[in-house]
Amino acid sequence: MSITGSGDDGALYASAKKVYPLKVKGFYRRIKWAVLLIGLAVYYFLPFVRWNRGPNLPDQAVLVDLANRRFYFFPIEIWPQEVYFFTGLLVMAAMVLFLMNAVAGRIWCGYLCPQTVWTDLFVSVERFFEGDRRDRIKLDEQPWSFDKLWRKSAKHFTWLMIAWWTGGAWVLYFADAPTLVKDLAFGTAPMTAYIWIAILTFTTYSLAGIMREQVCNFMCPWPRIQAALTDDEALNVTYRYDRGEPRVSVKGAAKLKALGEKAGDCVDCRQCVYVCPTGIDIRHGAQLECIQCGLCIDACDGVMEKIGRPKGLIGYDNDLNVQARMRGDEPKKFHPVRARTIIYAAIIAVVGAVMAFQLATRATSGLNLIHDRTPLFVQLSDGSIRNAFTVRLINKRPDKRSFVLSVSGVEGLKLQLVNVEASADGRPVVQVDPDSTREVRMLLTAPKSALTDKSMRITVEAVDLAEGSQKVVAQDHFFGP
Amino acid sequence: MAGHNHDDIDHITGTSTTGHEWDGIKELNTPLPKWWLNLFYACIIWSVGYYVAYPAWPGISSYTKGVLGYSSRADVQVELDALKAQRASAAADLAKADLAAIKADPKMLAVALAQGKAAFGDNCAPCHGIGATGSKGYPNLNDDDWLWGGKLADIYTTLQNGIRSTNNGETRISAMPAFGKDGILKKEEIRTVSNYAVTLAGGKAEAGVDLKAGEKLFAENCASCHGDKGAGNPELGAPNLTDQIWLYGGKIEDVIETVTNSRAGVMPAWNERLDTATIKSLAVYVHSLGGGK
Repeated sequence: MSITGSGDDGALYASAKKVYPLKVKGFYRRIKWAVLLIGLAVYYFLPFVRWNRGPNLPDQAVLVDLANRRFYFFPIEIWPQEVYFFTGLLVMAAMVLFLMNAVAGRIWCGYLCPQTVWTDLFVSVERFFEGDRRDRIKLDEQPWSFDKLWRKSAKHFTWLMIAWWTGGAWVLYFADAPTLVKDLAFGTAPMTAYIWIAILTFTTYSLAGIMREQVCNFMCPWPRIQAALTDDEALNVTYRYDRGEPRVSVKGAAKLKALGEKAGDCVDCRQCVYVCPTGIDIRHGAQLECIQCGLCIDACDGVMEKIGRPKGLIGYDNDLNVQARMRGDEPKKFHPVRARTIIYAAIIAVVGAVMAFQLATRATSGLNLIHDRTPLFVQLSDGSIRNAFTVRLINKRPDKRSFVLSVSGVEGLKLQLVNVEASADGRPVVQVDPDSTREVRMLLTAPKSALTDKSMRITVEAVDLAEGSQKVVAQDHFFGP
Repeated sequence: MAGHNHDDIDHITGTSTTGHEWDGIKELNTPLPKWWLNLFYACIIWSVGYYVAYPAWPGISSYTKGVLGYSSRADVQVELDALKAQRASAAADLAKADLAAIKADPKMLAVALAQGKAAFGDNCAPCHGIGATGSKGYPNLNDDDWLWGGKLADIYTTLQNGIRSTNNGETRISAMPAFGKDGILKKEEIRTVSNYAVTLAGGKAEAGVDLKAGEKLFAENCASCHGDKGAGNPELGAPNLTDQIWLYGGKIEDVIETVTNSRAGVMPAWNERLDTATIKSLAVYVHSLGGGK
């Protein structure tokens, strides 16, 4: 087989056809505007929301503090070792996607996905400068003129501005937002901030402005995954071909009806095709490119209203019902509650409950022991045996705390801290700074006579000096000859 | 075979096929977007720029350096220099401060311990072992038994000048006579005094050994350095014989060998190889292992 030899590569690679979505008004369009406004408002303004955590911690409500390895989300503070909360969050996010899919198809793609939201925004900017579908097609076909030049330039400039703000807002989640805004304005922000803004400006501009539906069709894995997740019962944006076919004009329908033949409600006005942001024809049935944004429903409903036919020729429905109606059966009622959705919801509830429980009951202090590996034990001049440990105390509270260490497990075991400031009463006390950890060296010494075994289990306790009820326990072993 | 067949249309999808067929299964022609192909070409063009900008092609004895002059090795050097510069002030502080002040200041202490640990691994671990565990003839630095003293200043002096170091005038020096080899004591006397020495640390003597005679021999030959009670003398590096720690082994045979042939461990002087800050760090580190006095 020679593909290269034929010189006919045009068949294997197709130029993307530019989509010129037509403006539409209606119920689903309003939902999309609302999601867009709320989503963008949250995205752009959330970094400026303050949350008081006391004098020792940042007061930004949502902050990914990479330098100090902390993630703050309102009252929640996550340390690196608690990254499993993100695992839980991701499991829940996946299940929510699955659940949405099982109930009403690609809700995520059509309404919530950033790609959809920003594309919507960019298309409306395009419409503002270049007019609606027809004007845009005309403008693109025109030779270059001043009018075309300024419209195109203004569009791209506005796009770049939005993209720039998008990238700008992103970096605000990684540093104190008001400070960073000031630094960015005066050119004193760290280079990383500028680089990330540049990268995200570029991706936003190219993905939402230029790539658009190509992202969904060729770059995103979700359309492929969701094909495996949907089922016959799920609602999807559906053209009810039982009612629509055969397509015929209003006049033609009157003629056909006069002859006693069947005439469909679809007048083949192609409004559903024109408004589609991915440029497909929903009347071909469910297809990969359909993001199920519902705009064709709005378009069709508008037309049906004008010609005095019932709405809903395109609507949220499923193929089982369409086929049932074709046979003349009663369409089945929609069942959002079924085994699949119950399982998804149950997993979401269980994971959510486990996470909430974990968050509510997690300790504010911690104690880790690392036994010295060489030497495992040391014999002292009086014959007693010493084991050395590295002790890490964790204080997750925003204030300074002191912990008293004690040990049990071997009779006559003496505890001694190296390089720790002496406490007033001589007890082994370790002070730990707010929201941090401290590593100290601990020596345990036991008389040789007390060692009944080569390895004996010991328990180390760290008790909060101020609140005796707050204590953490760690277990290890004491080794001897 | 032609690249694809316009006339061959799949019935179900209405898509043309590529003309490829395997056992009756035909491959549909679903064209890849042109921009995807263009990205591929763009990457090729980008790679050319990359070749020009960065080191790329190997030569016989060298390689193309690239116009940006990038070198990962130079990058490492820059980072190392930056690190050194960053640590310079801490090192200067350590060099100036006296040992007690380093121990008292948590910041300096943290630096000294970290630096000491690293320097120990590089310079001391070959003899004293990782974790300073020591072995026969090489003292364990974790315990509380010190030949030449376990105070910070003692350890620092030992580190600086070494023990029986040949190239240092200040080095710590002492010599135990080889009582057997040099004919000072007879074999039987050595056995007797060795038995006595073992009992000083609570050990059991062999049957039939006259410990009274051993005590006398000890007083005559050993006590001048090891002390009347055998408690040792750090001034002379004479080990404490009453404790449970035996550098060359605490069995009677080991002690007999020590008395017969003598022992004289050597440690290099570090003052010419390591800077003051590093030696101070080492002293503090060793002192903090747990046995420091």
